[in-house]
Amino acid sequence: MKVLRQNLDPLIHARVRLGIVSALAAGETLSFRDLKTLLKTSDGNLSRHAQKLEQAGYIKCIKSFQDRIPLTEYRLTSEGGAALLAYVEQMERMLQMARAVTPD
Amino acid sequence: MLVGKGPISRRSVPPETQASEHLRFIHDVMERSASFTAVPGWGMFVVGITSLSAAWIAAVQASPEGWLTVWLVDAVIAVTVAIVTLRRKAHRCGVSLSSGPGRKYILTLAPSMVAGLLLTVALWRAGSLDVLPTLWLLLYGVGTITGGASSVRTIPVLGICFMVLGVVSLFVPQIWMDILLALGFGGLHIGFGLYIARRYGG
Repeated sequence: MKVLRQNLDPLIHARVRLGIVSALAAGETLSFRDLKTLLKTSDGNLSRHAQKLEQAGYIKCIKSFQDRIPLTEYRLTSEGGAALLAYVEQMERMLQMARAVTPD
Repeated sequence: MLVGKGPISRRSVPPETQASEHLRFIHDVMERSASFTAVPGWGMFVVGITSLSAAWIAAVQASPEGWLTVWLVDAVIAVTVAIVTLRRKAHRCGVSLSSGPGRKYILTLAPSMVAGLLLTVALWRAGSLDVLPTLWLLLYGVGTITGGASSVRTIPVLGICFMVLGVVSLFVPQIWMDILLALGFGGLHIGFGLYIARRYGG
């Protein structure tokens, strides 16, 4: 169990970053505003965490204009998808191990 | 480290409980991300009212062309009302229609609407207007079910109701068609529109 915990990806283990990656896994492309509403977080907090994920190559940032207003959208990369999958698998393994050692 | 930085940061909570809650958090975010909540209930209600009026006016038309014209005018009004109210609700909810679930909703709804329009033209040219109510009810039902896959759960149910009416229209006399169209585009839109407006904020 301890080894599993130590191997958890610190990049997506933080709540907001895990939320961003999870949301993008389901919503394909989401705007900054969509993510902010979904995760109920501030502009600065979301921006900081999204930047970390972008630097790690987990998400891709797409900037454009919509009705002359700047639009920032995010998309999950294959690396980000793989990281989320690995994270979920680790969590499930932790659950299985706990169930194995807990008597009924 | 699991404790202290993750979605659940209570030191006293056993690791398996934390793992379980992390998984629930991921599931919850994914579910909310996939749910498009900008479907305009009030817009649907207005479309229902205009469709009820259209059904009444269409039923008293002397010619099939007059009947078709009434329904086509109603379709244009309905699409306009839908676009305006969808954009307004999406803006109010802070949801983008050009990305994510909003985009998915429109992209999955649009093909059956376009197919319905093209088949209407084809059947009008072939002089087979009798099958149009069945076609409209079934295609709108299909579009609403597929569009509803990325929306609130009520939308696919609305689509199923339309498909049921489409199936019923296969087995009833032609004189009942305006009643079925009134029940579908009028009654269902009014009923579901009110429910969505009350349950999902407008």
